[in-house]
Amino acid sequence: MSLATRSLPRTVGAHAILITYTVIALFPVILVVMNSFKSRAGIFGAPLTPPTPKTFDLIGYTTVFGQGDFLHYFQNSLVVTVLSLFFVLLFGAMAAFALSEYRFRGNALMGLYLALGIMIPIRLGTVAILQLMVATGLVNTLAALILVYTAQGLPLAIFILSEFMKQVSDDLKNAGRIDGLSEYTIFFRLVLPLVRPAMATVAVFTMIPIWNDLWFPLILAPSEETKTVTLGAQLFLGQFVTNWNAILAALSLAILPVLILYVIFSRQLIRGITSGAVK
Amino acid sequence: MATETMAAETRAKRSIRWHVGVFLAPAVLVYTAFMILPLFGTLQLSMFRNIEQSQVFVGFSNFRTLFGDPNWSVNFWNALRNNVWFFIIHMLVQNPIGILLAALLSSPRLRFTAFYRTAIFVPTILSFVIVGFAWKLILSPIWGVAPHLMDFVGLKSFFTPWLGKEQYALTALSLVSVWQFVGIPMMLIYAALLSIPDEVIEAAECDGVTGMAQFWKIKLPLILPSIGIISILTFVGNFNAFDLIYTAQGALAGPNYSTDILGTFLYRAFFGFQLQVGDPNMGAAIATIMFLIILAGVCVYLFLVQTRLRRYQF
Repeated sequence: MSLATRSLPRTVGAHAILITYTVIALFPVILVVMNSFKSRAGIFGAPLTPPTPKTFDLIGYTTVFGQGDFLHYFQNSLVVTVLSLFFVLLFGAMAAFALSEYRFRGNALMGLYLALGIMIPIRLGTVAILQLMVATGLVNTLAALILVYTAQGLPLAIFILSEFMKQVSDDLKNAGRIDGLSEYTIFFRLVLPLVRPAMATVAVFTMIPIWNDLWFPLILAPSEETKTVTLGAQLFLGQFVTNWNAILAALSLAILPVLILYVIFSRQLIRGITSGAVK
Repeated sequence: MATETMAAETRAKRSIRWHVGVFLAPAVLVYTAFMILPLFGTLQLSMFRNIEQSQVFVGFSNFRTLFGDPNWSVNFWNALRNNVWFFIIHMLVQNPIGILLAALLSSPRLRFTAFYRTAIFVPTILSFVIVGFAWKLILSPIWGVAPHLMDFVGLKSFFTPWLGKEQYALTALSLVSVWQFVGIPMMLIYAALLSIPDEVIEAAECDGVTGMAQFWKIKLPLILPSIGIISILTFVGNFNAFDLIYTAQGALAGPNYSTDILGTFLYRAFFGFQLQVGDPNMGAAIATIMFLIILAGVCVYLFLVQTRLRRYQF
């Protein structure tokens, strides 16, 4: 490396800019979480200081747990996200295997057809999706959300997974065939375990938009029974506009699960992006 | 012997390979039923109108209403204009900041890059509800965090309740959206910069091209394809946006529709608001326009940008 790229002022400058932007990125999150543990006087009197014994107060959290049915919303979100994820991964991997393993007429065309959904957002079909759900009686059920999210997640999942499945050695699969394994056994026993890292990447990419989505829960499943955490938080925040303790506590409760998952999976996510999986 | 095996092979090839269908069927069925068919169903609905309880084919009449009838067209053109501005801000602010951060992160032997990467990506994983509301609180004159912070740098006199003023609200929300999504261009460009072969960089250094010159003359042309990708991702994301405006300003996209974009306009047309009843056919017409805009963007990207940028690839 040349001296120029290692020079001290350059490194200091780079760190200065990166630190500044990190502060900009994290400041709102920290501000909200910090103030959620304070009393009303603390929130307005000194918003920028961490809670002290004098301003510490959990009133916001008690309000949230007393008012909103957040545990139930949380459960709905979990069911929707986990089941959609399961179907996206299973169906996506199966289709990716068919596209990358077998040569059949229309293979390329089928690949292109399934890739359409990467660029065209499913949201544009909402009017007809709602009609379909009304016709099949699926409005206000979690199944409606699961079906839509599965369709939404499949294109990218198939695209990424088929890239990875092309790399699985043919010798291995052919050895399996000579041993008399069926195509299904080859897929489930030999190929799936080998693409597990790619599955994890797809899982993270699929999970975040589903968990955070507001549009489809608002339109397809707004009933009290089927509210997801994102929609529940939105409505709760609308109702408690003037109760700052409750708002900040609700926001913090919405941030924390995602943040914890992110910290656990961030390495996977970043490796997935930087390995060029989404190019 | 040889002919026998060949005959067996042809037989095997001719026999229907059911497993291919079994592997493809679930994905194709769900995808077709809940994505492709509704998309075409929506395009079709935009050509119909509900007259006396039944759907009647009216050709392009809904679009004529959308473009020409003052009840609709004022809002439509306003939403489209706002959406274009929303996109321009993202292109001018989000993507350059993303590229700058990526360039800094990829500088050799810089420490703590993993930490910076992880931290700067945090806003991207948060829900719009959190982002919209958190910024609404921060920019609120009631809480006073924003003026308080601006006081530190002596700019307190410049503070106004941005989200409440017609002339600033859209720009302010665009910047909030930029804040949320800057991680995506950063990551994709970072990946592209890392994939530049060391030999290219070393050759440049041998020729005395270093620092800024190296970035502009060597690296930037090589990452142009990735810049194309982040541009089209931004385009699709922006012309399909809804959640942030809805959480921060409500379905009416206040103040006085100044933050209304196509997504919120579609929502109001479809579901109705205040005194106006929801109209699925007009909703479908707006969705069709959004579809055409996004399709045009994707086509421009695929045919123009992609073919021209190929030349720079290895």
